[in-house]
Amino acid sequence: MANNVDVGKLGWTTTRLDQALGWARKFSIFQYPFVTACCGMEYMATACSHYDVDRFGAGFPRFSPRQADVLFVVGTISHKMAPVLKTIFDQMMEPKWVVAFGVCTCTGGFYDNYATVMGIDTIIPVDVYIPGCPPRPENVLDGLMKLQDKIQLGTSAVMLPQGLAARPAELAGPHRPEEHL
Amino acid sequence: MAQSSSLSELVRTTFPQWVIATHAYGGNDTVVLKREGLIEAMRFLRDDSRSAFNVLMDLSCVDYLKFGRTPASRPSITTPSPLPYFMTPKPNAQVWERGVGPEYRFEVVYHLYSVQRNHRLRIKVPLTEADPAIDSVTTVWSAANWLEREVWDMFGVRFNGHPNLKRILMYESFQGHALRKDYPAYKRQPLIGPLN
Repeated sequence: MANNVDVGKLGWTTTRLDQALGWARKFSIFQYPFVTACCGMEYMATACSHYDVDRFGAGFPRFSPRQADVLFVVGTISHKMAPVLKTIFDQMMEPKWVVAFGVCTCTGGFYDNYATVMGIDTIIPVDVYIPGCPPRPENVLDGLMKLQDKIQLGTSAVMLPQGLAARPAELAGPHRPEEHL
Repeated sequence: MAQSSSLSELVRTTFPQWVIATHAYGGNDTVVLKREGLIEAMRFLRDDSRSAFNVLMDLSCVDYLKFGRTPASRPSITTPSPLPYFMTPKPNAQVWERGVGPEYRFEVVYHLYSVQRNHRLRIKVPLTEADPAIDSVTTVWSAANWLEREVWDMFGVRFNGHPNLKRILMYESFQGHALRKDYPAYKRQPLIGPLN
């Protein structure tokens, strides 16, 4: 892939090829909507005709991890559900991206109790965070377009060839400032 | 109304040895029973034609550990209250007597409804912390199956004779009972991932 090779030695053809591949991938998103809670209503609203998500090429949800490339985690994830989510994520094939939809999946939302996972980035790597309780469909489409930019560049939180250690040390883990204390 | 208190009177005259107290909080008849007479009283209430309670609407539990000692349980005009003013109970608000002392920490509450007669009854059974066990009413109403599992999961009240008393909301490796007042609400026990 483009990440391993020195850019100066690449020919014009291969860079165009990578761009074409990124363009093709970003306009044919097969998402896995992992819907658990109220954010699912906003996901459905975004997917239906008024705020159409099919015009971005993401019109076909795939309810099998083997067939999907983007995992939309929609709604509160409880600690009982967390191993299931990790299994689904592990079963997906690369290239894969993860979207944290709704503030419960970003940081735990307004829940701070015995049952809720405080942000799914404690379990799986996340590419795009869409906050909101629930996020407006316009916010969802904005997040989707940011995801498309990431897909075009061929980068993802999962797929860096060196793994997550390729990021700078202070960004390698989730942002938990109190862990230094 | 004379008719609404007749349900409490019916229970009191039929089982005088097990009724601790009766009242009508908020217009709903309530009977506080001892746990020994629970199954017999429930069967009577379901089968007798004057009561005909064929629906168990709800089965839940109350933990009285901090009752009266937190602002949420005894707000008044002068003490600071977490509620806004219009939600604070006023000084002559309706109160209910528990009928038992504070050594009974839990109370299992049954809400019964009769479709034929269109009347409701609330049964409360006080339990101590040392022995929070009670008979299961799954033989009377099968809706009690999952409701009792939830009470076991959240409060730790054992139901004798329940066919499948396992946790229903939390996972089996969860330690403790989550809705008890001495369980900190933010204490997570993750299966995978970091603690916080």
